[in-house]
Amino acid sequence: MHSTDLVDQAQLRTDHPEFGPGDTVKVHVRVVEGNRERTQIFEGYVIARRGSGIRESFTVRKLSFGVGVERTFPLHAPTVAEIERVAVGDVRRSKLYYLRDRIGKAARVKEKRY
Amino acid sequence: MANKAIVATKVGMTQLWDDDNRVVPVTMLQVEPCRVVQVKTDERDGYTAVQVTFGQREASKLTQPEAGHFEKAGVEPGQRLVELRLDDVSELEIGQELAADVLEAGEKVDVTAVSKGKGFAGVMKRHNFSGQKASHGAHRVHRAPGAIGACATPSRVFKGTRMAGRMGAEKVTTLNLTVVQADAERELLLIRGSIPGPKGGVVVVRDAVKGS
Repeated sequence: MHSTDLVDQAQLRTDHPEFGPGDTVKVHVRVVEGNRERTQIFEGYVIARRGSGIRESFTVRKLSFGVGVERTFPLHAPTVAEIERVAVGDVRRSKLYYLRDRIGKAARVKEKRY
Repeated sequence: MANKAIVATKVGMTQLWDDDNRVVPVTMLQVEPCRVVQVKTDERDGYTAVQVTFGQREASKLTQPEAGHFEKAGVEPGQRLVELRLDDVSELEIGQELAADVLEAGEKVDVTAVSKGKGFAGVMKRHNFSGQKASHGAHRVHRAPGAIGACATPSRVFKGTRMAGRMGAEKVTTLNLTVVQADAERELLLIRGSIPGPKGGVVVVRDAVKGS
């Protein structure tokens, strides 16, 4: 229970699936160009989730033409249209910053096997 | 002076998204309905203001003068008595209730509160001095002010020289903040940006005197 819940609760998004570090996600981002709106997809590994409540955010890392690209999204932002969980990762820590130092095959996350 | 004002308590800060999907940092204030206890007029008091109270207080916790003051007005005793200086008090009468809807979204306001006390603070914190070197022979003077005046002339320290001392816990007014939301039903006032004072502190919000 937070003192500002009266304002925060109404803004929290409940339509996102559960996901955590190591998972591969597709983030559908609303992009406004002039007066036209379209959706852009950013797909990669979730390497961190931080914060709580309305300020919670997550970071997605992907390789784009051999260059690592990271984007941090506020979890409850209206600009995030949809989050799709593509794969579940098998990782042992909550922050996967070690992926930044790795190249090629070593920079992969194992997929969880049930 | 102000045309409208209200008393509130600070709840804390949070954020909202506006129509353009940008984050707006807001301070949340709780505005309990204010009851007018006394109306001060030019003829009798030499200035115009309303004295209001809010919340509840047990009768046993009142001093006799306070109890008499509330009884004379016929108003239920509240937590505190706060005076709001207003230009025009002719439409206000004793017992009337003021709520958050005296203000509206988009309006510019000034917010007055008592800032957080910082205790006995050094010159770096209190007056934004630069301090001294971290090394190169500096010995136990890293946060010291340095020289505070000349030598035999004037052979004293000038009055008002900025030094260490008590900081904070003083009345601070932040000008020209924007009201994001004013909701009388939920007793809620959201103001863009930060506001002086601790959570739970009493805050006076009035329409901006310099804004236009």
